Amino acid sequence: MAIIPHEKTSCGGLTLHRIQTDKYKTTTVVMQFKAKLTKDTVTERALLPYVLQSGTAQYGSSKAVRTELEKLYGATLGVDLAKKGDFHIMTFRMDFANEKFLSEDDPLFKKALTLLADVVMNPKTGYAGFDPSIVEKEKRTMKQRIESIYDDKMRYSNMRLTQEMFPDEPFGLHVFGESEQVDKVTSQSLYDYYKKICSEDEIDLYFVGNLEGIEVESIVKELFPFEERSSRESETTVKASLEVEEKEVQETQEIKQGKLHMGFRSGVGYADDEYYALQVFNGMFGGFSHSKLFRNVREKESLAYYAASRYESHKGLIIVMSGIEAKNYSKTVEIIKEQLTAMRNGDFNEEEMKQTKTMIRNQLLETVDDAKGMVELLYHGVVSRKLRSIEEWLDGVEAVTTEDILAVADKVKLDTVYFLKGEEA
Amino acid sequence: MKTIPFNQLQETLYHQTMDNGLDVYVLPKKGFNKTYATFTTKYGSVDNHFVPLNGSENIQVPDGIAHFLEHKLFEKEDRDVFQDFSKQGASSNAFTSFTRTAYLFSTTQNVMQNLETLVNFVQDPYFSDKSVEKEKGIIGQEIEMYNDNSDWRAYFGVIENMFHHHPVKIDIAGTVESIAKITKESLYTCYETFYHPSNMVLFVVGAVEPNEIMSFVEKNQAAKSYKDQPPVERFFDEEPKKVAEKKRVLPMSVQVAKCLVGFKEPNPGRQGEELLKHELSINLALDLMFGQSSENYETLYNEGLIDQSFSYDFTEEEKFGFSILGSNTSSPDELADRLYNMIQSFKNKAVDEEQLERIRKKKIGSFLRALNSPEFIANQFTRYRFNQMDLFEVVPVLEALTAKDVEKAVKEHFAEECFTVCQVVPKA
Repeated sequence: MAIIPHEKTSCGGLTLHRIQTDKYKTTTVVMQFKAKLTKDTVTERALLPYVLQSGTAQYGSSKAVRTELEKLYGATLGVDLAKKGDFHIMTFRMDFANEKFLSEDDPLFKKALTLLADVVMNPKTGYAGFDPSIVEKEKRTMKQRIESIYDDKMRYSNMRLTQEMFPDEPFGLHVFGESEQVDKVTSQSLYDYYKKICSEDEIDLYFVGNLEGIEVESIVKELFPFEERSSRESETTVKASLEVEEKEVQETQEIKQGKLHMGFRSGVGYADDEYYALQVFNGMFGGFSHSKLFRNVREKESLAYYAASRYESHKGLIIVMSGIEAKNYSKTVEIIKEQLTAMRNGDFNEEEMKQTKTMIRNQLLETVDDAKGMVELLYHGVVSRKLRSIEEWLDGVEAVTTEDILAVADKVKLDTVYFLKGEEA
Repeated sequence: MKTIPFNQLQETLYHQTMDNGLDVYVLPKKGFNKTYATFTTKYGSVDNHFVPLNGSENIQVPDGIAHFLEHKLFEKEDRDVFQDFSKQGASSNAFTSFTRTAYLFSTTQNVMQNLETLVNFVQDPYFSDKSVEKEKGIIGQEIEMYNDNSDWRAYFGVIENMFHHHPVKIDIAGTVESIAKITKESLYTCYETFYHPSNMVLFVVGAVEPNEIMSFVEKNQAAKSYKDQPPVERFFDEEPKKVAEKKRVLPMSVQVAKCLVGFKEPNPGRQGEELLKHELSINLALDLMFGQSSENYETLYNEGLIDQSFSYDFTEEEKFGFSILGSNTSSPDELADRLYNMIQSFKNKAVDEEQLERIRKKKIGSFLRALNSPEFIANQFTRYRFNQMDLFEVVPVLEALTAKDVEKAVKEHFAEECFTVCQVVPKA
């Protein structure tokens, strides 16, 4: 049996994904809306899901929607925004109990889906577009959400690094939207945008859980009658160019620990054959506690509590992060650069490679144990237009050679060193 | 080995107490790739005043030492245990809370080998002067990271406000000054006192076979020469019911203010089912008062006093307990007043039966959802066990709770003298 028993069908205007499993006590539903990330739409798109979950034609307030969710044994409903490559993904997630484990046998599937459909398909409207009082409230909350990025220094530094790396490209935008654009949004303009995404966005709907005996397809057709749309198969992410000058950006705030974020370009994305080698490279460089960064920055030099690298799967980036004392800035940057040089020079042994592959395998299999993680893995396939089975993925990682890693290491290029430091330093 | 089935939940728990007193629990999870194991001692940041093993007088140890010990246990004379795990395809970690220190791994392969590594490394300490000094730099940066985290500062600020003496008010990691006093010798003293198997629980959940686990642990423990040890004597100063500080304002580098309010539990000391009932009652009450379906939440949200960061929780351990609630906010003072008044007015009303039913359902559903997570099961089961409670009693106790139970718990917990406020505000 496949590690992820994934069945995919086209269902009107959306793609339906079913993952039948009896390992969970709940059913997870994830609905993804995908469109290009652009400066013109980023703010409305970031606002839209919050407005939708705040009132439907039938349940006219957030309170009423939440009351219905509680009646369904505390079904959860959440909305989320993400940047994946050149796309701005809007997500609705729902999770509800499987009645098999409850002392009463009230079938919850249809009821829960009906409520989700109500939120997505039948919003509360006013005389012009959405209910204006809901839109105004959510605009206020949205401004606060954007402002509070500043308050989480790690997140703030990540946002700043991305802005510095992509000053004139949509990828530099933050998924929460632009503060100065919020006031321009009206209930009518937002409603027009909503209508547009309903007919144009690429929509994927995932079900994970025990679906035996449930007519998923006919229920989805009935509740989510999106019209068919033209294929977006050709839309993919343009990888970050490798033609780039190294630069350094420093900023000062009243904080104690400096946040060092270094952005690299790799030119390798999810759909590429070198993707497996990139994963192994990153694992050896800074992905685990046996990696070069952890061992040298933390264990050997005691410079930091954390020192790690992670890769962005679509745009082709590697980000290194570490929290350090400002006086150790140059030393730490130097050590991090040395680790990259060491990787390029093949300064690693067979055992480190094997250990890293084992850990990646472990990570993938563990991700599959979590319903949301499973959907996340599958959705990479949609965004990149390359659907990879877990088996294929595991084999690909296993087959990576020293030469493959060296080839990737050779491509990796430092773009920006961003440092947020305390005032005293 | 004892077999404990939970029919409605379709789970079976296996339990065995080893000769040296170690409690081992196994919960097989069908269909999971992963196995998750925790090895936990009932020893946390609050246990800083005690009679050491073979000692006659009680001693006070430096703040942050339990957490420091947790870091140092991974380092051996010749190697770093993190590496042993990763060579065996497992990721390992550890955490220290107010009352527990847990060592853990998760893996999809070599379960028995990793389990052996877990049990052996925790039971075989090696501390040296040099490695203790080295760790001070790393933990110093961990402390600074938390010092810059406004959510953590607000949360900890409320707890500091509440307590006059109880060491729960001391930061789990200590301070740069307090950890400077930690030595190899003080680490050994804490280790010998608190890491006896009779003070610990091993929990394994995932793709496992209970018999295999139990017989492995049995052999492993039998080969080690533990002498019986009496329960540890811990000391806590008398703690007044009322809070130590009514209000604290922390100016920080933020753009949005935060306001958290808290109620200190005036009568801690409950254990077992009494504690479970009290904890669930207060949490039900918080849902009734401030859940997203409540009138209070709607009012506060509509007036712009709270946003999606709003949260609430009540937790109680053997010697202390508290509820904490709050949010990012545009008006921290007004939010504090409103929350207080809303709670007082809830105290004066009878609990609405229909709402209670709905919240009860919600809680049962959330519990089912939590059982999807091996991490939740192992960590929470252990926490409950150390407080003489049973995690798998949550649903039956929830089903039996009455409006009267909730009203009684609310009247007792939300007292005026137990109320305190902590705000983080933008630096001028």
